Amino acid sequence: MAHLRLIARRLMQLTGVLLGISIVTFLLLHMAPGDPARLLAGERASAETIAAIRMQYGLDLPLWRQFITYLANLLAGDIGQSLRFQRPVSELIQQFMWPTLFLTVYVVCLAVPPTVALSILSARNPGGTADQIVRLVGIAGLTIPVFWLGIMMSRFFGVSLGWFPVSGYGVGFTGHLHHLFLPALSTAIWLVPVLTQSLRAALIEKAMADFVTAARAQGASEREIFWRTILPNSVLPTLNLLGVMVAFMIGGAVIVETVYAVPGLGTLMIGALLGRDYYVVQGLTLVFAMSTVLVTLAVDLLAAFIDPRVRA
Amino acid sequence: MTDAPMTPVTPPPARRTTVSMMVAIAILGGWLCLALAAPLIAPYDPDAVDIMNMLSPPGAAHWFGTDQVGRDVFSRVLFASRVDLFLCVVGVLPPLLIGTTIGLLSGYFGGVVDNLFMRIYDLTVAFPFFVLVLAIVGVLGPGLLNFVLALTLVGWVSYARLVRAEVLTIRESEYVQAARCLGYRPAAIVTSHVLPNAIGPIIAYAVSDAVLVMLAGASFGFLGMGAQPPLAEWGVMIADGQAFVQQAWWICLFPGLAAISLGLGFAFLGDGLGQMQRRQAAA
Repeated sequence: MAHLRLIARRLMQLTGVLLGISIVTFLLLHMAPGDPARLLAGERASAETIAAIRMQYGLDLPLWRQFITYLANLLAGDIGQSLRFQRPVSELIQQFMWPTLFLTVYVVCLAVPPTVALSILSARNPGGTADQIVRLVGIAGLTIPVFWLGIMMSRFFGVSLGWFPVSGYGVGFTGHLHHLFLPALSTAIWLVPVLTQSLRAALIEKAMADFVTAARAQGASEREIFWRTILPNSVLPTLNLLGVMVAFMIGGAVIVETVYAVPGLGTLMIGALLGRDYYVVQGLTLVFAMSTVLVTLAVDLLAAFIDPRVRA
Repeated sequence: MTDAPMTPVTPPPARRTTVSMMVAIAILGGWLCLALAAPLIAPYDPDAVDIMNMLSPPGAAHWFGTDQVGRDVFSRVLFASRVDLFLCVVGVLPPLLIGTTIGLLSGYFGGVVDNLFMRIYDLTVAFPFFVLVLAIVGVLGPGLLNFVLALTLVGWVSYARLVRAEVLTIRESEYVQAARCLGYRPAAIVTSHVLPNAIGPIIAYAVSDAVLVMLAGASFGFLGMGAQPPLAEWGVMIADGQAFVQQAWWICLFPGLAAISLGLGFAFLGDGLGQMQRRQAAA
């Protein structure tokens, strides 16, 4: 019952946020300086074309009427039409989303094992040599521009050593794994320090908790205490962070996909931005925001199932 | 002070600057000097095209080599530092000022402003930061000015959120209650009691934000959405060099190293500030 009530409450909050997201993405098109019809038609369009576009997209209606239309279209699953591809944006997204999804899961898989290992190494002896080294490497990892790292790695591992392809998505599961290794590694190098910081802090904090003392008093070995008591309790704060991180990873995917020419949503976004394909930009922004909100929701619910205290 | 303690008072620990702090000051000071003195140091005009010497590797004549149209990479890296340092300042200050003001109002007075702000906050965090800034710049049109505008439009929210959280605890502190009892006007309490006590976390956040802003600025330059070529900016230079990276790795390598070193400067500054705050708290 508690679970159902939590889900209901979160869904209510979600409705408000989703409405807000649709308002922001709607206003995005209207933020552009000048006439949206002119933007959509392109700079060299004739007056007749602009008038026709204004009629076609209902841009001559008052703003609130336009928003109602936009919202109604969204609810019907229509997020606009690409001006460049002459295809519905939703179709484009379906076509381009798989490499991005694959990349995101790949990054998480590459990032989690080193995060756990480095955090344990650091938290075993806070302030010790290992901890200091991990901290310094973490600081360095955060300051490396992802796109530069991508170019340098593709030059070294891709061109000089020839170990990995430097662009594209490949064919089949192993092909994807091979092609997306460098892009995933570039993103993971940046993600690991952030996650490590959080998990390390949680491990150190939980090591002082009363339930650890209680376990020790009951005669549990230090090994058991660590694996059965401290680690499971520390995972939750990091899990919450992972929800926020997905938002960052979407941003990272935009850059990394551009560097490695991966045909994903990031490449689609940059192409649309540079080609002034505004409905694609609008639709993608909407979809990215929706995904972030849904992942956050999923993480919250997962946390509630793992930890009964969150449900209250 | 008649009832002085009998035991000798231990002198407060000298606020010795930490290693991180010194490294940070050295790096940031160094970059500031290089940026200011760029016209004096740079051996070549950063925009001078020299077709005879294009793609020449690093050597005595060109320390960092030349790019595909023969421009001196070393001079361009130096001049680009002016753009990137400037970006860090104009990318951090406006969100900081706007966010702090709104956070103070929202946290101290609560009510409608606070409610409205929290809704805006919930909404902003729903968007991936980078994507939202990218979309706004895309619609406004690529360029440095629009990048800073978009960054301000989105970035103030996190500052306001941080300040609001600080203010909520400071508001209930005894010295603020005392000021209130003494009849100080709310405006005076906010500016002379609340703000000074909230400033530490704000500065710490601003320093870590500077790293993100610098990286975002370079990324936008790289993607063609920020600084526009032929302006020398690290991200733009890396984008320029990407097509030639097989023959001429130096065009990409050096601007990237420059960006990392500046980022390290800010990261160590943040680290050092954190250490000093912890020492003060412990003292």
